[in-house]
Parts: sequence; C-alpha cells; structure tokens
Amino acid sequence: MAELDLKEIGVRGVNAALQASPVGSNEQDWLINNPMGQHAIACGLDAPLKVKIAGHVGFYCGGMNQQAAITIQGHAGVGVAENMMSGQVWVTGSASDSAGATAHGGLLVIEGNASSRCGISMKGIDIVVGGSVGHMSGFMAQSGHLVVCGDAGDALGDSIYEAILFLRGKVSSLGADCIEKEMRPEHLVKLAELLDAAGIDKNPASFRRYGSARALYNFDIDNVDAY
Amino acid sequence: MAAKIPDTLPRKSATFDDYTLSEIRRAAATGIYDIRGGGAKRQLPHFDDLLFLGASMSRYPLEGYRETCDTRVVLGTQFAKNPIKLDIPITIAGMSFGSLSAQAKEALGRGATIAGTSTTTGDGGMTPEERGQSKTLVYQYLPSRYGMNPNDLRKADAIEVVVGQGAKPGGGGMLLGQKISDRVAEMRNLPKGIDQRSACRHPDWTGPDDLAIKIQELREITNWEKPIYVKISGTRPFYDTALSVKAGADVVVLDGMQGGTAATQEVFIEHVGQPTLACIRPAVEALQDLGMHRKVQLVISGGIRNGADVAKALALGADAVSIGTAALVALGDNDPALEEEYNKLGTTAGAYDDWHEGRDPAGISTQDPELAMRLDPIAAGRRLANYLKVMTLEAQTIARACGKSHVNNLEPEDLVALTVEAAAMAQVPLAGTNWIPGQGGY
Ligand SMILES: Cc1cc2nc3c(=O)[nH]c(=O)nc-3n(C[C@H](O)[C@H](O)[C@H](O)COP(=O)(O)O)c2cc1C
Repeated sequence: MAELDLKEIGVRGVNAALQASPVGSNEQDWLINNPMGQHAIACGLDAPLKVKIAGHVGFYCGGMNQQAAITIQGHAGVGVAENMMSGQVWVTGSASDSAGATAHGGLLVIEGNASSRCGISMKGIDIVVGGSVGHMSGFMAQSGHLVVCGDAGDALGDSIYEAILFLRGKVSSLGADCIEKEMRPEHLVKLAELLDAAGIDKNPASFRRYGSARALYNFDIDNVDAY
Repeated sequence: MAAKIPDTLPRKSATFDDYTLSEIRRAAATGIYDIRGGGAKRQLPHFDDLLFLGASMSRYPLEGYRETCDTRVVLGTQFAKNPIKLDIPITIAGMSFGSLSAQAKEALGRGATIAGTSTTTGDGGMTPEERGQSKTLVYQYLPSRYGMNPNDLRKADAIEVVVGQGAKPGGGGMLLGQKISDRVAEMRNLPKGIDQRSACRHPDWTGPDDLAIKIQELREITNWEKPIYVKISGTRPFYDTALSVKAGADVVVLDGMQGGTAATQEVFIEHVGQPTLACIRPAVEALQDLGMHRKVQLVISGGIRNGADVAKALALGADAVSIGTAALVALGDNDPALEEEYNKLGTTAGAYDDWHEGRDPAGISTQDPELAMRLDPIAAGRRLANYLKVMTLEAQTIARACGKSHVNNLEPEDLVALTVEAAAMAQVPLAGTNWIPGQGGY
C-alpha cells in the first residue's frame, strides 16, 4: 500500500498521484493521511484503485468517480461522490448535503446520517444510508435506488422521476408527485442485494417503497400548484 | 336639415393593444401561460442607440486595406494551463442538443471552426457530432447535469458553469415532451415524451463560497488545464461579476435580457432582467475595481446582430461577444422562403418562436428526423462562417475608422449615445453634448 500525506503535498499532489496511477501497476492501494477536511480529495479518478482516506473530508470527495473504491474513515462534506459514474464511495461517518448528487452509477454507502438533498437529481446511482436523511432527499431523482434505514425529512422525493426510494423509518412528508408504492418481489430482491452490498443486516420486508405518481410528467393546469 | 355629427374614428387602446388582447384571450381559453423561444421582443435601449465618432483632426484612422486590425482574442488566461485562443471575438453561445437538432449542432460546429471560434454545448450534454466538428468546444455545466460525465468534461476545451441566462434569470430549463426523442431521453436519463423540467439551482452548491470549491473540483478533475467560465444573467451585473471573479472564474459570460432561449414563459422573457446595454459597464467596473479587467475576460451576449454591435460591446469593455439567435438565423431559421409552412403553423417568417413544439420547418429547433434532415450541416455551417466573417469585417472597419490596431482597443471615448437612456446605461455622452447622465452631480 502506498501512502500519501495530504498535509505535505496538498490536494493537488494527492489527486495528481492518484489520477496518474497506471492501470495494472502495484500502485492500486492507497492510504491518504491528514485529509484535514480539505475539498475535492480523490475526485475524477478513473482506475480500479482502492483509496482509504484516514479522516474527515470537505466538499466533493470522490466527485465524478469512475471505477475506484474510496473509503472515507470519517465524515464527508457537501456533495460526496457527486456525479459518480461507477465504482464505490463508502463513508464510515455521516455526510453533509447533496450526497451522491446527480450520480449516474456506482454505490455510495453512508454508515451514519446524510443531510438534506441526499440523492438529488440522481441518475442511476445506488445510495444506502445507515441512518436518516434530511429534507428534499431524492429531489428530481431520475433513476437508481436510495435506501434509507432511518427516517426521512420533509418533501422526500419531490418531483421524482423514475428513481426508487426504500425507507425503513418514518417520512416527515412526501414531496410533490411522490407516493408510496407496492413492494413487489423484484423490489425485495434488489433491496436485499443493496443491503448486503452495504453490509447492513436488516429485513427488506421492514422497508416501504416510494416513487413517482407520474402525474407531473406532462403539464396539466389543474396540477399547477404542485409544480 | 340637421348637420351630421362627425364620428370619431374607432380607437384602439395603446395599453390594451391587439397583442395584449390576444394574450388575454389565449390565457382565458387554455389556462396555461404562454411558452416560446427567442429573446425579448419589445423595444429596449440597445446598441443601436450608440454611435461611433470615427477619426477626425484629433484622431487618426488606420488605412482600410493596408494597416492590420487584429481580431484575435485569448480567453482564460488567469489559471488554466491551456487558454482558449480564438481568431475572432465572436463565439457561439450554449444551445442544447435537444432544443436543437443534431444537424443544427453540427452546423454550428462547422461554421465556428471555419471562422476560427468556439461553440458551446448546452443543457443535455455533448454529442459526438458537435465534438467532432468543433475545433474549440466549451462544455456547459448546468444545474440539471443532464448528460454530464467526466469523460466529456475532459474532452472539452473549456468549462462553463451556468448560473443564469438572460432570457430567464432565476429560471430553470424546460424541454417539452414533443422534443424528448429516444436519443434525447437517453442522454438525459429520462423517460421518452415527458416534459423535462430542469432545476434553476445547482444541486450541490449555492453562493460564491461554494462555487469557489466547485471550481476547484472541476480544475482538479481536469488537471487545471481548462479555463472555467461562469455564465451569469443580466440582473445585478456589478455584484455577480465581482462574485464570479472571487469564486475563481477565468472568464465571465454575461447574458442580457434580449438573450434567446429555447423555451420559457413569455412573461419571463419580457419582464425579468436588464437590457444587455445596461449590464456591460457595471460588469467592467467590477473587474476594474478588482484590478482584473482584461485578466478575467468578459464575454457579452444578448441581442448581438452585426459587427457594429460587436464593436460597441468591445468598446464598452467586453473582450468578446457570444451569439445564439443570430447564429440560428444564419443557419436558416425563420427564412422567408418557408413562409407557406410558417403560415400553416399560424405564424409568419420572422416571427416564428414556438421552438419548444419541435415543428420547425427549417429543421433547426426540432427532433423530428424528417424535419431535421432538411438542414444540410455543411451548407448551413458555410452560411454561419460567412456571417461570422462579415461581422468581423464590420467590426474591423469601425475599429480602423477609430484608429485602432486591435478591435479590443476600442473604448467608451469612441462612442456617443442617441438617447438619454442609452447615455446613462452605457455611460457615454449624449450626442452633441458632454453630458453623461448620472455623472458630475446631475
Ligand atoms: C435555441 C436556444 C437554446 C439555448 N440553450 C441554452 C442552454 O442550454 N444553456 C444556456 O446557458 N443558454 C442557452 N441559450 C442561451 C444562449 O446561450 C445565449 O445566452 C443567448 O442565445 C444569447 O443571446 P442571443 O440569442 O440574442 O444571441 C439558448 C438559446 C437559444 C436561442
């Protein structure tokens, strides 16, 4: 395992080393020390690296990730794994706003809680949150899955498109066009798979499913208050 | 015999004019606000309200055909390893694939490349046609992030973070179901045929402090190679320009209220934002206050039509301009040769603006394969290149007449205004006076 000290070489030094890491070389396993809550750590990776970050990170850690498996041993700031395409980002602590925003693929696991707008505009990513999520989570979520083992704040799934939300706890309120839907066998299978991938031991049958009523898909004046 | 009492003529109201009445009736019949494309159509103070003085006894002109007048411009000189080098100070503004056909996007790329300038993607991502045909391509980073991915980001030559658009400051995008074809739907990860709404706020940042971090992330992902533009609408140009610079923008793109859009509410287009003319001086002042004028470049758009408009925008302090609507017209939009077809759509050539409906007879603002086929990207690209060349020659003609060896050497002192309003907005004297409204205490 190669080690990098962010305090010494800065964010640019860390990212330059990770981004240059040649495929198939021995430098596939990295440990980043002293992240000091800095922003944009380990973003824009595009190789099957294993990156462990020993401590808290600021905004956009793992942003636009492709292929890499990034573990944050601590809390993450705004937009962790934003626009991830593939690979995995794992947060052992909690995450701030907009976790997994607009991400197209891969798996984001947050062992603790996630703040507001978790999974906003998600476009295919799978997100599993061990705790609860804040308000406006799943706002305009287009596709992918958001699993929340705790509770959800106000306006869950507002203006949601085709993403699927699984929630174990209570929801403060549902956003416009978001409704509870029947949990069919294929959903239980997918949910079991996601919980398993996140190492969470919970019964899929104890969750509820939410998704789009699809009433706002084409403009209708009688729904105008909901837009 | 009683004398006939003279009748007064029927008189229509200036307030309730025919257009206003038709809009009330339309609203009453449908219950839906009017959506259209294009920019503000009302009369506004604009570049036509300014005149160049030209050379005289005290200023020497350059010889028209012998002395050179440079038009090259470099954008993004502050932080990026690879700034954008253009032959002309006129760029093609961001217009999405989705709102425009793939053929139209390709034509824009071809025309711009011949003319030595850049094109810009839009809400909906980058198409291979566009990347393939555009030598210099700016990739827009929008709130919706439709089609946004790091591979395309790295293929771009510059990145433009879109905060606002002059046609709809504070508004999000919309693409109605008629235009969500299979390809558009796939690029945007949406079901086919639904009305696509795009958010007005970015999903993972708000305000200039966050934007600075977002820009850092974009630079980290692209190895600090590419200039980062920030596009703002003409609302509070002084503060928005200053805050864009503070956030680390290499280039500020400022779009006034005449700026076109693919589709938004008419009420938005006509009633929100400031005229382009009113935005330039405050933006330049912000740059000058920060000591960043000409270091962070300013690109102006919204109603640029000819070389005189270009020259005037540059004289007021812009480094370059950007065009949307005019480029579409050069491709063939609203061509009178299609009058019969416009009539069938209930309109007339020159007024067609229902771009959101996707039935454009010119094959530009459509996703209908048959209509789109009508536009030959090679011929249309050639027309755009010709038009860009003419605009450039016009701007050079004016610059030479003002004695400038580079179009960017034009300055406010070369201008006067025809109206008090334009004099106040452009901060140049009213013609025939030395009066600049708002200066010198009155
Ligand atoms: C058909 C069309 C589509 C547009 N799409 C976008 C877009 O996706 N993103 C954006 O920032 N601006 C968009 N714009 C605005 C242009 O980038 C530009 O600001 C405007 O057209 C400039 O004004 P002009 O049309 O008067 O030249 C669009 C404009 C038009 C006409």
